[in-house]
Amino acid sequence: MAASAARSSYMRGLRDGLPFLAVILPFGMLFGVVATEAGLSIFEALAFSIVVIAGAAQFTALQLLNDAAPLAVVIASALAVNLRMAMYSASMTPHLGALPMWKRALVAYFLVDQTYALSQMEFEAKPLSLTEKLGYFLGTVTPICLPWYGATVVGAWAGAAIPPETGIDFAVPLAFLAMIGGMLRTTAHRWAAAAAAVVAVGFAWLPWNLGLIVGGVAGMVVGAQVELWTERREAAKVVKEEADA
Amino acid sequence: MIDRTMLWIVIVALGIGSFGLRFVFLGLVGDRPLPPWLLRHLRYTAVAVLPALVAPLVLWPRATEGETDPVRIASACVTLAVAFVTRNVIAAMASGAGVLALGMLMLG
Repeated sequence: MAASAARSSYMRGLRDGLPFLAVILPFGMLFGVVATEAGLSIFEALAFSIVVIAGAAQFTALQLLNDAAPLAVVIASALAVNLRMAMYSASMTPHLGALPMWKRALVAYFLVDQTYALSQMEFEAKPLSLTEKLGYFLGTVTPICLPWYGATVVGAWAGAAIPPETGIDFAVPLAFLAMIGGMLRTTAHRWAAAAAAVVAVGFAWLPWNLGLIVGGVAGMVVGAQVELWTERREAAKVVKEEADA
Repeated sequence: MIDRTMLWIVIVALGIGSFGLRFVFLGLVGDRPLPPWLLRHLRYTAVAVLPALVAPLVLWPRATEGETDPVRIASACVTLAVAFVTRNVIAAMASGAGVLALGMLMLG
């Protein structure tokens, strides 16, 4: 009974995750291509995807390595891009925190944007048992995380055949812009992005790519502040409306 | 050419760091709530770091040795606009790549 419920949750997760293949495959291949253009071997590109398993952070690290940025800046910037994963970890804890340690470690490794988003929605919407929740999560992992490795290899293999004059250098900025466009959901997000871009350009003269760090920190602070102001304004409006009523 | 030692240090450090970020609450902290100010800043890390990284690359592309290129700027604007309106990353990248290819063909 429990096993079949877990299996049906797994299948549901798998089905919900399938549409994301349309994003995972091209992005994984793009990473393979860009890694090859940067001089990485197929094995190195694949190791990158298996060990790090985070698209945006992988592109960030590769770009900065290519620009010969200092080691600390490469690592700090790529990890900053991944800081949101800590938030995912926090919000999965009430649902999956009761699992044995090795299963929690397994979930943590596969906790990426898409598996998190799907699981969070499912767990909020339905009262599921612990095994069913794990089943659903692993279902989403199957079409989202596993093809990432294969796509990297295909891209790395194909990348060797793409000459640099095709403008492939600009693929990474375009990939980032496409991701940023989807993140600009609220006023605070838009201000954070704008502030970060302007400050990073203004401080681009700093050595060791430190303009990136300064811009990133500025964007975070601006985003957090705008969110705070928006909340206070909304709260004030509610109080005023209640007073008027 | 990327230095091999550096590459592997980055891969291993990012692997440990990314896993650590994903594991920290699930594995170690339990379901104690986080301070709101921390969550508020965490929310804006990706949307801040990525534009900070990309803006200089758009203004001063490496392929042109840092010379500002109107075709690349147009391509970047189109990508961002399409992504913002459609929320479709693949459509956005394809549009931007189309502008870039067309621009390079006509001006290059």
